[in-house]
Amino acid sequence: MNDLGLIGMVSIITAGITVAVGSFGAALGEGRAAAQGLAAIAQQPDEANTISRTLFVSLAIVESSGIYSLVVSLILIFANPFWNRVAAQVSG
Amino acid sequence: MPNTDAVVVWRWGAYEVNATIAYTWLVMGLLTGVSCLVTRRLSASTRLTRWQNLLEVIVLAIRAQIREVSQQEPGPYLPFVGTLFLFIATSSILGVVPGFVPPTASLSTTVALALCVLVAVPLFGVARQGVLRYLRTYLHPTPLMLPINVMGEISRTVALAVRLYGNMMSGTMIVAILIGIAPFFFPIVMQLFGLLTGLIQAYIFAVLAMVYIAAATRAHPGKAHADRDGRTP
Repeated sequence: MNDLGLIGMVSIITAGITVAVGSFGAALGEGRAAAQGLAAIAQQPDEANTISRTLFVSLAIVESSGIYSLVVSLILIFANPFWNRVAAQVSG
Repeated sequence: MPNTDAVVVWRWGAYEVNATIAYTWLVMGLLTGVSCLVTRRLSASTRLTRWQNLLEVIVLAIRAQIREVSQQEPGPYLPFVGTLFLFIATSSILGVVPGFVPPTASLSTTVALALCVLVAVPLFGVARQGVLRYLRTYLHPTPLMLPINVMGEISRTVALAVRLYGNMMSGTMIVAILIGIAPFFFPIVMQLFGLLTGLIQAYIFAVLAMVYIAAATRAHPGKAHADRDGRTP
């Protein structure tokens, strides 16, 4: 297998694993946070405004690790620097 | 990958206007134009136009949110935080218009917005409590924490930028991929979902900026203090 094929294969496999592991952790954490938030709202419905605002903000912060892995995998697939360099060497 | 930075729509000599800047100007023009048209005839009586009613609702809601988050008077923070929210929200709402790519789906726009927050936080902090007292917050628990505090300042800026970029770009990208696979129905559903995500991200960006500013303007971080109403944040 030449360099280009190897780079493509490794990039695609790594992109899949990145999204799988990253979204797994983020989903687990977000699920726990949402469950705790709903329990808190059920206990204190008067504080629902404050609790849901804090819940949204913390969900966004937890979600950013998932977003990072998505961005990394998109870079691996669509804007892979090693692929571009080897492709330029092969063609040029 | 819908990269609007590489699309040049207008060129004059050495100056280039790419699609991101053009869409940004479109959103800016829409916001300022509508606001100018509405605020030309303001009335303080009980009879007011429906547009003035709309703007009052928006401004009052933003003020209430700022007051709740920061436990301070929203006056000085309203222009900055409100502009961030309105700009991001408008560009994600306009994302359902065919042909419009939200400028926040480009990393350059989100980095610029995050850099605005990075600059605004020390400005508000210094304006509120003076240079020395603001700089002392970097040494807060112990002076050993100084590098970690500075790193935290930088990493949260990167996090702000990448979070908004990732959400917006993945939204437009999923729609673009789905149009190729299953047109007519699924792209619409994902557009609706993207509308929700966009508004939530706008809200979160503004709230996080407000939280950072509130942390910088608070006199002693970590130590509860009573404000004018006697509440402790």
